[in-house]
Amino acid sequence: MGAVDKYSILLPTYNERENLPIIVWLIINYLDKTSYDYEIIIIDDGSPDGTQDVAKKLQEIYNKDGKEKILLRPREKKLGLGTAYVHGMKHASGNFIFIMDADLSHHPKFFEDFINKQKEKDYDVVSGSRYISGGGVYGWDLKRKLISRGANYLTQILLRPGASDLTGSFRLYKKDVLQRLVDACVSKGYVFQMEMIVRTRALGYSLGEVPITFVDRVYGESKLGGSEIFQFVKGLLFLFATV
Amino acid sequence: MTKLLEWIGAVVAGLSIWYVLLTNSIKSQFLAEWRESIALAPFVFLILFGVYSVVVVLWRTATFNDCPEAAKELQEQIVEAKNDLKSKGL
Repeated sequence: MGAVDKYSILLPTYNERENLPIIVWLIINYLDKTSYDYEIIIIDDGSPDGTQDVAKKLQEIYNKDGKEKILLRPREKKLGLGTAYVHGMKHASGNFIFIMDADLSHHPKFFEDFINKQKEKDYDVVSGSRYISGGGVYGWDLKRKLISRGANYLTQILLRPGASDLTGSFRLYKKDVLQRLVDACVSKGYVFQMEMIVRTRALGYSLGEVPITFVDRVYGESKLGGSEIFQFVKGLLFLFATV
Repeated sequence: MTKLLEWIGAVVAGLSIWYVLLTNSIKSQFLAEWRESIALAPFVFLILFGVYSVVVVLWRTATFNDCPEAAKELQEQIVEAKNDLKSKGL
């Protein structure tokens, strides 16, 4: 099986003109040192900042020798993350799908850890975790850490999800499993990632975890305000009552 | 079964046992002697669990890994990437 595995990396973007070239550069530099077959699928939701022009330029630079390393599959306007995955998957030729943020908070150096972990027990999903030994976060103050730890603890008690990091979005899925999970999920935004992982367990899929470091947004603003916390609590209670 | 129903089930089961022990439905010298403690047990449990939770969350907050080396590595790679991409015409 190993020889035919292909990894499609989905990069949903919105106004990531600064970050996109760097994340693409990092991915290509890491993966070209390995023998893994891969492709990068950029799903841009009509960014007004010219993200797509940058993406086209990257295609010119990297899609050489008839090899399509970078695919650009934009959408008209800003739509949900779940539908971005569905949209990206339609164009994905890999049997595995990586999802990650394009804002440089997730580093491609962890790809190999994900892949090795997946092969260990043929896991359906491998989730990157900031909370297990070896993982961590850079750029959070004490208040942010406390809220994060408190919210995570509460979630662990109420849902017993069998996963240590529910709101992270650096994950590796088998393609058909991702399709089924997206179909099953109803939440939007922040709660979507949480629902994905809770449903992974509820639908009986196997889940592995690898530690990741998370470097909070280098360019641009990272937000955690009252409305994010409210969204989280609402989502948690929704999952508590329905899953 | 949803998590909510699991929780309701567990709480109802626990409170039922507590109620049976408290109302002397079972005649026992031991239960009669410890009646007051049994009456307080759920509240003591809640307080202890609350204290445990606070300690765990504070401990995990204090020991949260800051990974400054990951940030440093990334900063260096950003510079490297920008230079390389510039030379490729971006």
